[in-house]
Amino acid sequence: MNLFDVIGPVMIGPSSSHTAGAVRLAKLALAVLGEPVAYANIGLHGSFSQTYKGHGTDLALIAGLLGWNPDDVRIPQAFLYADKAAIRIEFKVIQLGEKAHPNSVRFLLKGAEGQCCTVTGSSIGGGRVLISEIDGFPLAFTGEFPSLLTIHQDKPGVIAQVTSILSRYDVNVAQMKVFRKEKGGLAAMIVETDQLVDEEAWLAVNNLVNVQTVRRIQAI
Amino acid sequence: MLEDKLSLQSLIETAQNKNMRFGDLCIELQAAEMGITKEQLLTKMISILEVMESSIEHGLMGEKSKGGLVGGDAKKMRDYIAAEKNVCLVGNLIADTIIMAIAVGEANAGMGKIVAAPTAGSSGVLPAVLFSLAKNNNVARLNLAQALVVAGVIGMVIASRATLSGAEGGCQAECGAAAAMAAGAAVDLLGGSPTEVGHAAAITLKNMLGLVCDPVAGLVEVPCVKRNSGAAVQALAAAQMSLAGIISVIPVDEVIDSMASVGSAMHCSLKETAQGGLAATPTALNWAQKLFGNP
Ligand code: SF4
Repeated sequence: MNLFDVIGPVMIGPSSSHTAGAVRLAKLALAVLGEPVAYANIGLHGSFSQTYKGHGTDLALIAGLLGWNPDDVRIPQAFLYADKAAIRIEFKVIQLGEKAHPNSVRFLLKGAEGQCCTVTGSSIGGGRVLISEIDGFPLAFTGEFPSLLTIHQDKPGVIAQVTSILSRYDVNVAQMKVFRKEKGGLAAMIVETDQLVDEEAWLAVNNLVNVQTVRRIQAI
Repeated sequence: MLEDKLSLQSLIETAQNKNMRFGDLCIELQAAEMGITKEQLLTKMISILEVMESSIEHGLMGEKSKGGLVGGDAKKMRDYIAAEKNVCLVGNLIADTIIMAIAVGEANAGMGKIVAAPTAGSSGVLPAVLFSLAKNNNVARLNLAQALVVAGVIGMVIASRATLSGAEGGCQAECGAAAAMAAGAAVDLLGGSPTEVGHAAAITLKNMLGLVCDPVAGLVEVPCVKRNSGAAVQALAAAQMSLAGIISVIPVDEVIDSMASVGSAMHCSLKETAQGGLAATPTALNWAQKLFGNP
């Protein structure tokens, strides 16, 4: 956590966890999807489900899905803009269990070009967020760094192939984490980097036979 | 949280050993941590101060909030105090503090642009304390920027040892933390020693321990807006005590740790879910029904 997480963010009110954090969560979900949203099914858990109307959480989530920032003065009119962009949006109340953070949301997104994803995350206070699941993989990342997400076969050497491509394209790795559901099945990897991985490096990773999907996620 | 626990006491000790003002140490450490120069850090802080100042102005326009429960009170009090025939019971400084805290709270509730410091719900406390001190003591912008860094460092310690989220720790973690940050900042601004910064933060947090988060109808309006003014005044009271040499028997890190345990012991109906406290009163339930059709 840095100083500007405490003295900041500069944002549209009224709630850093329910408004600004919600914008950032949705913006990260949009980054995971990697293309404009056509349909969003938004599940709200805990405090999010109980108080979302009062905090403008619904407006904030839509603003994030539109790619806006938490200080965007259009946030109070987000529904209007989503309508204009012909984005179909549904809200529902969900239960993620006792252990889930009280301010949690699960997105099911369909993109304008046919991509789909599920993303679960929480607004953990002061506008900061934590993504805890993507496409069924439990993981943990904050979106503070540009990241590369791979879903790949859990086989020896795959991770090394990815990192060697990154080093070939001069991408410095800040941190990486691997998550898997079971040995030898599919695994997910989050590689946090100093700068966003460029198109060519992304293509090279995408071409690896054991890599099923790879997504570039911009820092938010 | 994943990161190691920070300690305000060890920072205070470092400042003392190096014979530095607490603010100078904070600026040095923070600039180094972020890989920027001290000047860049202070320039950024000055731009944040500008947003704070304009959020005070926004609130003083007297607009009604989104939910309609608040709005117009900052303007009301400013106009009251401005009229000569009226009584200013608390003195100019505290009157300004109260007006400014309410103003930012109202700007926030009206979906205006504010600085979450540490959160949006508690965003009125720091601007109120800093700008009322500036107005009444002729303080330079640069010194305010330095005080803001002190506030931020205190907040970082609270975040690492406890929480800054009402949903996790109740309002003691939002308005309480904001007030502790503001108290420390005020002491540094007025030339207090590093130890005095620590005592001011400790005394403030102690006085706000156990405060629940119970927003009526789930809106950051009631009690939040007026609670910001209470918190800001608590901060000034603690800063004044500390500057006079009054100490907190419980050291500041331990006070923060106790805030964390009080927060986890707090029932979830009192942590932003709008199911307990003031939010569960008949009047609050009526408002919720009126606004959203469900209690
Ligand atoms: S009552 Fe709750 S929502 Fe309101 S300021 Fe306090 S912590 Fe924030």
